[in-house]
Parts: sequence; C-alpha cells; structure tokens
Amino acid sequence: MAPDLECVDLVKKFGDTTAVDNVSFSVPPGSFFSILGPSGCGKTTIMRMIAGFLDPTSGDIRIKGNSVLNTPPNKRPVNMVFQHLALFPMMTIAENIGYGLRRKKMPQAQIARKVDEALDRIGLPGIGRRKVNELSGGQKQRVAIARCMVLEPDVLLLDEPLGALDLKLREHMKVELKALQAAFDTTFVYITHDQSEALVMSDQIAVMNAGRFEQVGNGQDLYYRPDTPFVAGFIGDANRWTGRIERAEGKALQLRTSTGLAIRATATDALAEGDIAELFVRPEAIRLAGNSGDLGDFENRLQGTVTSILFNGAASRVLVQDEAGETLEVTLPQSGEFSSLQRGDRVHIGWGAAQASCFKGAA
Amino acid sequence: MRAQARIGFILLLMPLILWLGLLIIIPHIDMFLISIRERISFGVYETSLTHYQKALTEPLYLRTFWRTAVMSVLATVITLLIAFPVAYYIAKMARGRLQQVLFLLCLIPFYVSELVRTFGWMILLRETGIISHLLQWAGLADQPVEMLYNDAAMMVGLVYTSMLFMVVPLVTTLESLDDSVVEAGYDLGGTGLSVLREIIIPHAMPGIVSGCIVVFMLSLGNYLTPTMLGGKDSLWFTEMIYNQFIVRSNWELGAAFGFMLLVLSSVIVWGMLRLTGRTLQETLG
Amino acid sequence: MIPTIPRSRSFRLIYGTYVLLFFLYLVLPLAVVATFAFNNSQFPSLPWEGFTWNWFFGEERPQIGVFHERGILRAVGTSAFVALCVATLSVCVGTTNAFLFNRYEFRGKGLLYVLMLLPLVIPGIVLGISVLVFSSTLANGLWDLAQIDLQFLRPGLLLVILGQFSFITTIATLVISARLQKFDRTLEEAALNLGATQLVAVRTVTLPFLAPALIGAIVVAFLMSFENFNTTLMLVGSDAPLTIAMFDRLKEGSTPLLNAVSLLLMLGSSLLALGLILFQRGR
Repeated sequence: MAPDLECVDLVKKFGDTTAVDNVSFSVPPGSFFSILGPSGCGKTTIMRMIAGFLDPTSGDIRIKGNSVLNTPPNKRPVNMVFQHLALFPMMTIAENIGYGLRRKKMPQAQIARKVDEALDRIGLPGIGRRKVNELSGGQKQRVAIARCMVLEPDVLLLDEPLGALDLKLREHMKVELKALQAAFDTTFVYITHDQSEALVMSDQIAVMNAGRFEQVGNGQDLYYRPDTPFVAGFIGDANRWTGRIERAEGKALQLRTSTGLAIRATATDALAEGDIAELFVRPEAIRLAGNSGDLGDFENRLQGTVTSILFNGAASRVLVQDEAGETLEVTLPQSGEFSSLQRGDRVHIGWGAAQASCFKGAA
Repeated sequence: MRAQARIGFILLLMPLILWLGLLIIIPHIDMFLISIRERISFGVYETSLTHYQKALTEPLYLRTFWRTAVMSVLATVITLLIAFPVAYYIAKMARGRLQQVLFLLCLIPFYVSELVRTFGWMILLRETGIISHLLQWAGLADQPVEMLYNDAAMMVGLVYTSMLFMVVPLVTTLESLDDSVVEAGYDLGGTGLSVLREIIIPHAMPGIVSGCIVVFMLSLGNYLTPTMLGGKDSLWFTEMIYNQFIVRSNWELGAAFGFMLLVLSSVIVWGMLRLTGRTLQETLG
Repeated sequence: MIPTIPRSRSFRLIYGTYVLLFFLYLVLPLAVVATFAFNNSQFPSLPWEGFTWNWFFGEERPQIGVFHERGILRAVGTSAFVALCVATLSVCVGTTNAFLFNRYEFRGKGLLYVLMLLPLVIPGIVLGISVLVFSSTLANGLWDLAQIDLQFLRPGLLLVILGQFSFITTIATLVISARLQKFDRTLEEAALNLGATQLVAVRTVTLPFLAPALIGAIVVAFLMSFENFNTTLMLVGSDAPLTIAMFDRLKEGSTPLLNAVSLLLMLGSSLLALGLILFQRGR
C-alpha cells in the first residue's frame, strides 16, 4: 500500500537561505506523524508546502502515491488545522463545519446531517448555532478539527494547534487529540516545538533542525538512542560536556573533560583516541546515593556537594558540584529517602557508561 | 462621586454642551422653525407647511431632490466597486514598503483642496482640455470634444473626491483579516469567488458600511463638483439651497430644502445601519 | 487571493494593471494642475507655450504671479487665520470631550456620544445654513430688543470659524479619544502613588502620552479648515478665505495663476502631512 504522504528530496529556498534542505520522509496510513523542532527550523515551511501555500524549489510531494505539486490548495486531499485555528468569525459553528461541504455542492440536508454527526463525534452536540467567539479554547480546537474531518481528507495537517492554550488544557488536549485521531482513523501530520506534545501523541517523530531531519523514529528511539548531538540535547534535558577521548575500545570510551573529569561512555559515532567529543548524560540517568556502596556497579562514580535544590514536584532536581568544580544536574527521587537533603550535604552520584552517549564534537 | 471629581466632570461637560447646544442642536431647531414659518407681510409671520408643500409639488424641486439622492447612491456604489480591489491589494497583496507607499499615495488627494481636484478635472475634460487634444492627436476625433458639463463628468469628479474615504476604512478592516483565515477557506476547498463571498466580504462589512456612509454623505452634500463639472440641467440639491439662501434670499424655502436634505441623509444612514445591524458609534467612532 | 495562494500569471497581471490604473486616475488631475502652473500662456490648457516661472514671480500684467497678487495673498492670510483659530478651538474642546467620554460614566453618555458624532453625518452646507440662520435670529432678536447691532453675528470670519469648528471638533475628539483609549490608567495611578496630584499626574503623564494625537489633531484640523468649502460658502462675508477666492476666480475663467496657487497648496499640505507622519513615526 502506498504511504498516505510521501515527501521526496524536498527543498525550499528563500533567496539565499535554504529553509528546507533535502528532506525525505513517508507517513504510513492511519499514523500520527510529528515534526518536532525549534522555531525557524523549517517545519512550518514543510507543512505549508504540503498544504499547497508554498511551492517547493525542488523535490516531490505525493499523497496516496500521486504527486500533488500541480494541484492548487483548494483541490488537494489534505486539510489543515491552523496555528490560531482560523475559524471563520463571521459564521456560526455549523456554517464553519459545513463550509467545505458547501464547496463540494453537497445538498443542504446532507450537509446538516454531516455537521450534526461531526459535532456528536467531537462531543459537542447542539452547539451548531453558536458563534465562534462563544466557545472556549478547547471547544474551538475540536471544531477546527471537525471542520477538516467532515471532508474526509487523506491527511490532516496540524500546525501547533495547542500553542495558544493554557498548560492544563494543553495536557488535556494532548490525550484528546490522540483519541480523535484514533476515532477518525486518519493520518495526522503534526508540527510542534513542544517535545512533550510530540512524544505523547506520535507514532513517529521527525526531529528537525536548520532545514534538515536529524532523526526519525518513535519516542523511545529519540529519547534513549539519539542519533545526533542535537537530538540528544533537544529531547529531554542532559548534562553536557565537551572533551577528548582518552581510550576507545570498540563502543566503550573514556573521555576527559576540560576540568579533568574522566567519564566512561558509549560511542554513538565512530570515535578514536584523541578525538574531540560531546557527551550527554540525562539527569534522570544519574543515581543519587548517601554512600558509594549504593552505586553498585556503575562505571562512573563521583562524590560531591549539593549546591542547590530545585524543587519542582515530580521533576525536582539537585545541583551537585564535584571536587573538580563541575556542576551536574541530578534528578531528585521523590520516594522519600532524600526528603531531608539540604544544601551543603555530601552525596555520592553515579551512572552507567551505557547512559552516557558520546558524539563526535566540533574540532 | 466625590466633590473634586464632580467639579472635574462639570468642567469637562461644559465645552461639550456648549458646542453641541449652540452650534448643532439649537441652530438646527432654529432652521426647522424658520422653514415652517410663512411671511405674511413685513415682520409678520405665521406657522405653515407651505414651503414643504412647494418643495414637494414643484416638479423641478422634487426632481432635483430625487436625482441628487439617486446619483449619490450611484456614486457610492461606483466608489465601492472601484475601491474594493485596490483596498484589497493594499491590505493583502502588497507587502512591507510597497504597502506603506501605496497607502500614503491614497491619502494624497485628501491633503489637496477639493477645489484643486475639481480644477484638475476641468483642465482634463473641457473642450480645450488635455483629453480632447489627445483624442484629436490620436485621430479619434476631428474636432474639439467637450466632456465637461454632463453627468458622467460629474460622476467622475464625485467618485474621485470620495475615493479616499472608501479606501481607508476598507484597508483598515481588510488588514485585520488574518491571512490564515483566507488560507483556511482555500484549504477547505473554496475558490476565489466563494472565499470572496463567504469570508472576505463578510469580514470587510464594517469597513464597507462606514465607507459607504461617509461617501454617500460627501456626495449628497457636495456643492463644488456638481456646480463645476455638472451640466446646466443637472442641478444638485445643494445648489438649490445655495440659490434660495444667497441668490434669492428666500431663507424659509432654503431652510426647508436644508431640512429635507438632512432628513434624506439621516434616513439613508439609518437604513444602512439597520440593514447591517450596526450602530453609529461602531461605524464612525 | 493572498500571495500564498497560487494564481495564474494573467490574473496577477490584470490585477496589477488595474491597481496601476487606479493610481494613475488618482494622480492625473493633480499632475495636470501642477504642470500647467508653468505654462507660458493665459490659459491652463494645451497648447504648451513654453516654461515660465511668471505665474509664481511675475510682476506685470498679464502674468502677475502668486507672490505679487494681493487678493490671493490676503485670502491665504485669512485662511491661515481661520484655520489656526479652528484648530486651536477644536483641539481644546476635542481634548475635554475625549477625557469626558473616557473617564466618566454618567446617565445619557451614550446619547451624548451619538450627538457628538452627528456633525459627521450632517452635510456641510446644512451645517453652514443652520449656523447662519441661528446667528441671524440672535442678531435680529437683539436688534428688536435693544437696538444693538452686533456685526460679528452677520456672515463673516467669526461665523466661518464657528461653522468649521462645529464639525472639525468631532474629528479632533475621535483622533484624541483613540489615543486616550490606549493609555494605561495604571501609569496615572503610579504618578498619584508617587505623590502627584490628579492635575499634575494628567499634566506630567497623560498629556505627554497624548502629544502625538494632539499634534495630529491640530494638523488635521488645520488642513480641513484650510480646505473647507461647503460650510464656508454659506457663512462667508467680505473677507474671503482662499478656497472661496479661488472659486470666484474659477467661475470667471481660469489662468495658470490658479494652477500656481494650487501647486503651492499641494506642496504646503503635503509637507505638513509628511512632517506629521515623520513626527509620529519617530515616537
């Protein structure tokens, strides 16, 4: 079966700057595909090319196997949920949802029925006569999706639709969007700069930076097995060092930082002795302990002083400074054993070499 | 209200009341009173509707009245049709510097007296004017062509004079239309025409209404353009008011005409507001 | 129909041409007026008899230039005087109106606001005759009562000023209100909190904030007064402002002198407007 959406060697240049640089990917039917990246990385450009509001400089976009490059936006079998939703303020909710159906010259009665069905589907029956500005943020969101879904598009594009919502509602809508996608059984292509949105909802995530895809994979791949330093730094938090490789035996490495700290790590790229490398260790991969015995057989063990406790509920951290003066961020377990931890306390920390990813650094 | 605030309130209210009372409300009431009095003999007056009777029965007066109304509506419609694509271009198609420059260009005629604008059209259109010369030079006419002193010339002048007051409100409302709303219209299968009809025009309605009201008022109350560009038999209602007041010194009939013009403009403005469900405050304020 | 929607080449070409033609239509009459100010002929029309500065600086008949034509110069002076008075008055009243509508809630506010807007929907000529009628009622009444003849209530400059003031004030009020609405009231509260009295707070915080709008309103009021024709026509006495003086000459038949005056008017008001735009952009 042909993938619902396929981009081949997509390039978009604006004058001298290359916004999208040779990007290829394909999205299998019925999946939730996210493009995640910082603002300005080119993800919106890709989305607008798929929707037809921008022409690619080169490359091809195929939907269900057919190129759509010469199809104008109003004829493409893709629909888009805009960043600020772009609901038509001059129309009622029912008119908004029925807009695309009216364009297809569907009979009035059938449109009314379809609109009612869609409203039921999004859990907002009976609001058809209301005006757009009478709805809450979450309701508008659902209406914007329904407005596209009544047209049964092959692909639904979503351009950071949760950006304008407040935190609580955003958490809620993440779950709901995923459920809606399952209910409509349609391919969603979602762009966002918020990694949590991408990780929670997506089947596949493409991490994008400076016009290129750094890595495509599911959430676990990106989190546990980042391919590039950018992904390692962008997904989740990490303690980060630059140093020189002292020893290399296959994948097992030892790196010495500029302050003299020696760290055992695992190579992601091909690295040899003497190479400059970048090292990432997640705060949650570091174990905190009262004595060195609790650190078991971790390859890396350090002793240090607590310089600060960053309390943030489940995401609480401590900053630990070792003898050499390096400061590390370490997750503070909320299981109770460290509830009396204070600034100035001496602690032991340790992590396994497998949790320390090493990449080739800039020379 | 505390005493100090009360004094401040009264001090601020005074100029408003004086201005509206002495220059707007009382003068108009006085004008109405003059219009319903009939001079019996020197210094002796009687209340009567005879001037209105005269205005409504005399064919010349009545014809001029309706002609002025219809031509003003026509001028408004033409102005809207010409201005809309231009306003749309400025608001949505032009970008950055070009947008600013085009907008400023639209304002230029406003900074030039109406008299100068009318004078310009006279130089262009009259028998010895530029266009007549151009036509002869191009061989399209073998003798001087008089294009002045007819309804078409007057319409050109009226539309020209009011253009700015249509373009500016249209640009302002169209600018507030989010690009993504238009894109959404296309994305959901709309064509240029349906997006225009269902999204752009409804959004621009406030601008259309306020533009139309102002242009209509300006056309209706125009004196210069019909006098200078219009033909001998295309009398404008304001010319009749002027004639009664200044030439004939028949203030009673002139005041009656003035009051009729006021009623006509109020009715049309009110009708337009009713039709679109808007208030005067929203439209002008 | 925005740049991101693909459009055929011919559509864009036609649209662009239309807009271009529109601006030609806009500029054409003004360009023609300006050009013929330099025609070395008695008529502002073709044929072109050669370039001359005479219509500006000429000292002898038949080509007396603007700067030596007494009547025109006097009319300019009259217009400037009227415009200055109207601008000052209407901006003062406009400012008090703006504060009144912005700061106070009172019964009848809505009605007063609508009344305040009314002058915009009253034809200028009707405004003119109503002021004319009322002032002469006053003058006649005074004469009947006390045999006093107040000349300033007869058509003349005072009536012209009042007539123009009656509707330009609405525009000044709208311009100033728009800016006052954007004013953050907490700034004034901060001033009070720091020890200023109410009046001092308004003078030191609010009025400086309003300055661009005040200056804008003065310029707009000045220009509108200078160009006003309809209302002035009904109220003018022996001292004719420029627009009326030009109108009288135009009726008699025009010479390029009028073009020269027009060109100077265009330059003057454009400079004023440009200065205003630059000033407001600097803010």
